[in-house]
Amino acid sequence: MLELRNVSFTVDNENGDGKVDILKDISLKIDNGFVAITGPNGGGKSTLAKIIAGVYQPTGGQILLDGEDITNLSVTDRAKKGISFAFQQPVRFKGITVNDLIRLAAGHPISVSDACDYLSQVGLCARDYINREVNASLSGGELKRIEIATVLARGTKVSLFDEPEAGIDLWSFNNLINVFERMHSTLGGSIIIISHQERILNIADKVAVIANGEVKAYGAKSDILPELLDASAEACKVLTENMKGVAE
Amino acid sequence: MNDTEKQLLSIIADMDGTPDGAYNIRANGAAAGRQVTENIDIKSKTDKSGIDIIIRPGTKGETVHIPVIISQTGLTDLVYNDFIIGEDADVTIMAGCGIHNCGSEESRHDGIHTFFVGKNARVKYIERHYGEGDGTGGNVMNPTTVVNIAEGGYMEMETSQIKGIDDTNRVTRAVVAEGGTLVIREKIMTHGTQHAETDFSVDLNGENAGANVISRSVAKGKSTQFFKSNINGNAACNGHTECDAIIMDEAKVSASPQLSANHIDASLIHEAAIGKIAGEQLMKLMTLGLTEQEAEEEIVNGFLK
Repeated sequence: MLELRNVSFTVDNENGDGKVDILKDISLKIDNGFVAITGPNGGGKSTLAKIIAGVYQPTGGQILLDGEDITNLSVTDRAKKGISFAFQQPVRFKGITVNDLIRLAAGHPISVSDACDYLSQVGLCARDYINREVNASLSGGELKRIEIATVLARGTKVSLFDEPEAGIDLWSFNNLINVFERMHSTLGGSIIIISHQERILNIADKVAVIANGEVKAYGAKSDILPELLDASAEACKVLTENMKGVAE
Repeated sequence: MNDTEKQLLSIIADMDGTPDGAYNIRANGAAAGRQVTENIDIKSKTDKSGIDIIIRPGTKGETVHIPVIISQTGLTDLVYNDFIIGEDADVTIMAGCGIHNCGSEESRHDGIHTFFVGKNARVKYIERHYGEGDGTGGNVMNPTTVVNIAEGGYMEMETSQIKGIDDTNRVTRAVVAEGGTLVIREKIMTHGTQHAETDFSVDLNGENAGANVISRSVAKGKSTQFFKSNINGNAACNGHTECDAIIMDEAKVSASPQLSANHIDASLIHEAAIGKIAGEQLMKLMTLGLTEQEAEEEIVNGFLK
């Protein structure tokens, strides 16, 4: 289980004469299962993901993994303890192939057919990709899928995805939903997905809403999602009425 | 041949024992073995040190190995090797030089290789440079490659200097005729206080002549590198050079690309990028459980693969 206790993250403001709170006193308990984190842009979701992975150190609070305090552990040590993180914007490498990256993710030598299996799961025809370099010749969508394949290859107890749907076309999106559903049933552990997509929120067990650096709501999907959709319908209604005003 | 020499041969030429096909092994400045085939002749020069490798027109699929090894400290070796590749031939040439220097004096190999690639011939030329030894004497290699490509000829040159060469100055001069193509892939890694210079100059003289020069290098420690390239487009031709370098520690890399278009239909491109390993690349590999140092190694190895 992953637990965040009163986690905060404060940075200097642009002028350097004050502080900005990106995350304020976040407390969340994430059990085994599928948790979707959603909320408006700029609300602190990606920062939260990076704090869990260890890319950023929180300025306050604690992070516990199965009861062990991992707040001060490095990215590497957290990865070894069982946290995987799929970046929102995957990184490109000159010379490193898709096969290399999946091998590194698995942490031990793997056969080409195993590597291909992970690629097939994310909807890539493995034979076409396995020896390609993870460089600028791959499209954004292809990179995203490879990024997800690296998390599958790791198979750790916490799998964290930052907006996995961004940059993926509609056809692949259906596959992506299947991938997460399969992960949910086979992988065990905690799957945490940051997403704006209703269809992803729909397959979650729990939903957390983060806005203005705070947890606005956290609970079973059946409780949170209807409220969230109502709220966005309200927002939509206001917008439509405003537009009417403009048209008139 | 002793074990050190055998090991050098295996590193620079993938040779365990004697290879199939034509070969010429030069060890410590003297001939150490030669084999010719029906299609490939190797002759010693009479006026200076070196060999002529003559490949009969139409020869297909044969490989020539011409490794040079030096295990004597203080030896300076200078050779002139000429390669005459007949029309329509398609061959691979594996050259390379390995130095094992345990002494205190400089060991040095300067090779001047001249290629005459016949009409519509194809040649793949692979050259590896490697140095080792715990002595204080330097390992120096200064290869010069002169390439003449006739109409429709194709030459691919792969050079790598991965370790242990203290000082190198690689000079390549090429002239490409109509429909000919030259592809050069260079890989260099320097460490310690090593210095490496490469200097390419290609004249594209015929219609549809092409050149593609790709250099990838890593400079570590206090080493220095200088990349110089010059493509002269003298006809309707295509030229491309690319210099990509990773700098680490206190290393320094300079790139000085030059393009000269002397014809209205000459199309020439240069790309150069020098910088340290991107932080996000390290971070990505660290999220897979690698330490920062392991991540660095993987990135460098991949880059030079």
